[in-house]
Amino acid sequence: MTIKEIIKILPYESPFHFVDGLSAISDDGVTGHYTFKETEFFYAGHFKENPITPGVILTECMAQIGLVCLGIYLMRAELSDDFKPQIALTSSQVDFFLPVFPGEKVSVISEKEVFRFNKLKCKVKLFNEKNELICRGTISGMLKPNTHD
Amino acid sequence: MKKEELIAKLKTIVQPYIQDEEAFKNLTEETTFVGDLKINSANLVDVILDVEDEFDIRIENDEMERMLSVKAAMEIVTSKIAKE
Repeated sequence: MTIKEIIKILPYESPFHFVDGLSAISDDGVTGHYTFKETEFFYAGHFKENPITPGVILTECMAQIGLVCLGIYLMRAELSDDFKPQIALTSSQVDFFLPVFPGEKVSVISEKEVFRFNKLKCKVKLFNEKNELICRGTISGMLKPNTHD
Repeated sequence: MKKEELIAKLKTIVQPYIQDEEAFKNLTEETTFVGDLKINSANLVDVILDVEDEFDIRIENDEMERMLSVKAAMEIVTSKIAKE
């Protein structure tokens, strides 16, 4: 399964699509990136006249790259024309160290901890362009191929 | 392993994941994980993984699907321990 195919299958759309590309993927983990555009919708309100990327959005970016992209790859054997991944975030524990400003590019590195009985749990880190750690944590979700029935 | 001992161990394992305190307090063999204890699907996987660690066994997909109640969990664990 190619990186292009994974990104095409992602069930997200602007303004809630936080994956630009993946640079590596394997059964053990994934590395990907996203650049926060200055026009992202949340900068209008977070914060008043002081745009900073919300932690929940950083968590979402980590989950979309680290959990969902990896999950699609791990489920590739079950891929079919009807394949639509069914996804639910089930837990996240994230510590934040540095802010991310409009226009910054971030990289996500995710390592698989467990993938069993449709539950994927990953250790995920997010870095800025200077390779400084922005945030890190553990994110879990349930992933199932959803054939139309 | 005695039945009471097994139930006590299972009780300790499920405790962090339960939502329904009342059902947990009154836990019996007939108690179901999702219906009664209101454990979510992701935490049910955690229960299974913790059961594997506690009893040093490996649970397969079909067994996971059958493991809906305390009773079913006890049966699966008991049969696995016997095989070791």
